[in-house]
Parts: sequence; structure tokens; C-alpha cells
Amino acid sequence: MSNWIPLWLHKLSSPPTFYRFAGTLRPWAMALALLFGAIALYGGLVLAPADYQQGDAYRIIFIHVPSAWMSMFIYAVMGVSAFVALVWRIKLAEVVAMESAPIGAAFTFITLVTGSLWGKPMWGTWWTWDARLTSELVLLFLYLGVIGLYQAFEDRRQGARAAAFLAIIGIINVPIVHFSVNWWNTLHQGSTVNMFGPSKISWNMLWPLLSMTLATKFYYAASLFRRAQTDLLSLESGKDWVRRIAESEVDQ
Amino acid sequence: MNTLQHFFAMGGYAGYVWPAYAVFFIVLIADTVAPQRRRHRLLRELRARMARQGARQADAGSLPISPSD
Repeated sequence: MSNWIPLWLHKLSSPPTFYRFAGTLRPWAMALALLFGAIALYGGLVLAPADYQQGDAYRIIFIHVPSAWMSMFIYAVMGVSAFVALVWRIKLAEVVAMESAPIGAAFTFITLVTGSLWGKPMWGTWWTWDARLTSELVLLFLYLGVIGLYQAFEDRRQGARAAAFLAIIGIINVPIVHFSVNWWNTLHQGSTVNMFGPSKISWNMLWPLLSMTLATKFYYAASLFRRAQTDLLSLESGKDWVRRIAESEVDQ
Repeated sequence: MNTLQHFFAMGGYAGYVWPAYAVFFIVLIADTVAPQRRRHRLLRELRARMARQGARQADAGSLPISPSD
């Protein structure tokens, strides 16, 4: 099974090793998230100039776009781990997939609400059933479906397998969200930032956006580490390593 | 003070910009707090279970036949 998986990855996927690994990295990830988040807030709300068309309303971009990227990024992570969990039955992959779902749902919710708050002054409506908005809403329902299915089973590992299956099917929606602004005529504007080719945004608006993107990535890591740690303790609650942690870690 | 008022006014879009930022922070704080609480609860349960097992084993030690656990 583990022939082609590097040895360190194989070791890392053992619950006690991952527990320690996550515990060590989590405070750093959270600190970096707060640091980049604070820099992004200062750059986006104070330093960046108002937009010549949208005035100050455009400043919602600094949370809306990073959250939207995270909603897709986390889904991709969840889908890949769900696949690994189904095929190789690796417990850690199950944990990563299932604990990513609530974080992804949180970012998707933020995307929808901040988009709505941005849409009202710019488009004159809170909501419209256009391709980008609808596919993002479907993404939220997929996350909620995965969470619900996971919790619907009495046997958690069985629930994880059922939910992983749904997560994999739902991956089809991620490119639909991403390309919806190109494939259909939508009210939603096209992409502002392009990884290849020039971005349609000036540097003093771009860097706070990128800083917040980093902040949300680190935040996801920190949140996932904490959630995965808790899940592993619960899944392995009879084991010795969990007993030792329960004895030593009164409150950390 | 004037610049501060100007800042909070957000060019007349304060009613949209600040709620958006509020939602962002409230949701992420909730996402941080919820697993933290779950973790505290779980550790408490685990310790209680270990205490019960420890008590049972101590009892069993005083009996001639120890029940297999």
C-alpha cells in the first residue's frame, strides 16, 4: 500500500505523530494568519485608495475574494482527502476531509454574505440567480450535505465514507464556480486577479488582497489542525497515547 | 477626529463595508471557538472515563477474581 507514498508521509499519517505535528504548527499558523490579516486590514482599509468607480464599497473585496478562493481551495482539499480516504482507508485522510467541511462552509457563507453586501450598493440587488452566485450557493449546500451525512451515521467511520463519496461527486461544482463568469453572461464581474498574465488591479490594492489570501490560508491550517487533533483524540479514545494526553494536558 | 469620521463613513458605504467585515470576523471567531469547546468537553469526558476505570480496577484488585475489562 505504502510503496509509493514517501515514508515521512506514511509516518505523519499515524494519529499520534500527526497530533504532535499539528500541535507544534498550529500556534505558528495562527500567528501568521493574524499577522498577515492585520497587515491586509491596514493596507486594504487605510492605505489603499478608493476605487474610481465603486468608491469605498470595493473594500469588501479584501475579504470577499480571499474567502471565495478559500471556499474552492478547501473543497479541493476535502475532495482529494475524501478520495484518499475512500481508496486507501487512511484514518487521517478521513479526518482531514470531514474537518475541512465546516471551515469550508464558513468561508462559503462569508463569501455569499459579503457578496450580497457588496451587490446591493453596486448592482442594486442583494441576490440574483446568476451562474456565479448560484454555483457558490450550491457549494454551500454541498458542504452542508457532507457535514450532515457525516453526522447522520452512528458509526462515524461509515458516516465519513458516505460523506466522502458525496464530497467527491461535488468536486464537479468547483470548476463550475471558477469558470462561471467566463462560461455564462453574469452580473458578477470577471476575475480581477490572474495568476497568469496581468491582473486588473493596481499594486496598492493587490498587495492587501494577497496578504489576506495568505492570512486565510494560514487560518485554515490552524483551524484544521485544531479540529483534526480533537477528532483524532475522539476516534482513538481507548488508545494509550490519548490517555497520556488526557492526563497531561489539563487545558491547552 | 475628522479623518477618523471620514474613515468610518467609508465614503457613504459604511452600512455595507462594516457589516461585511463584521460577518467575516464573527464567523471565523465562531469557527475557532467551537472546536476549542469540543476539545475541552472531550478531554473532560476522557479523564472522567479514566477515573472510573481506575476506580474499578482498584476495586477489582481487592477481589479474588478480577473481571476482565
